[in-house]
Amino acid sequence: MTKAEIIARIYEKVGFSKKDATDVVEATFDIIKGCLEKGEKVKVSGFGNFVVNTKRPRKGRNPQTGDEIIIAGRKVLTFKPSQILKKSLNSGASQS
Amino acid sequence: MTKRDLIDEINKRFPHLSHRDSEVIVNAIFDAMVDAMGQGERIEIRGFGSFVVKHRRAREGRNPKSGEIVSVAAKRVPFFKVGKELRLRVDGKPVPEGTE
Repeated sequence: MTKAEIIARIYEKVGFSKKDATDVVEATFDIIKGCLEKGEKVKVSGFGNFVVNTKRPRKGRNPQTGDEIIIAGRKVLTFKPSQILKKSLNSGASQS
Repeated sequence: MTKRDLIDEINKRFPHLSHRDSEVIVNAIFDAMVDAMGQGERIEIRGFGSFVVKHRRAREGRNPKSGEIVSVAAKRVPFFKVGKELRLRVDGKPVPEGTE
């Protein structure tokens, strides 16, 4: 599924104009991205939470040369699926 | 930010839509994604990331408290892989022109 398919589903099945569907879908992902960029977490009930975690710098090794290197600290995004989403993947009806 | 805040923000940006409309569309977006994953389908949102469904085989586990052997059924679990653009933005790095 792509963004275009999500948009199509909204204007075909939910009955909004193609333009409204496109604009709102684009804005939704933009707003979420903007929030995460600021380090704020985004909680979508029934779907899951997007959380920005901070990784501390650590020592690593170049596996090829064996040189010790410092891996810089960084911020990473993680997604924690909601129980509802996890359950719906295992509800039986559409199991593959 | 919660889904409610997201809906309020959408409503602010699109004043011609009623609050109810904003709510319906935002819910429809996530419903569509849950349905797609329920079908085992992969979702790819450019500039954001992708969601995939991974299969876990049935296995024998242990109840950590009692040590009893229990069988754990096969299951499907959702996974999110962050896209390059968002990965860089979250880390405060510049996003090269033309990424995704």
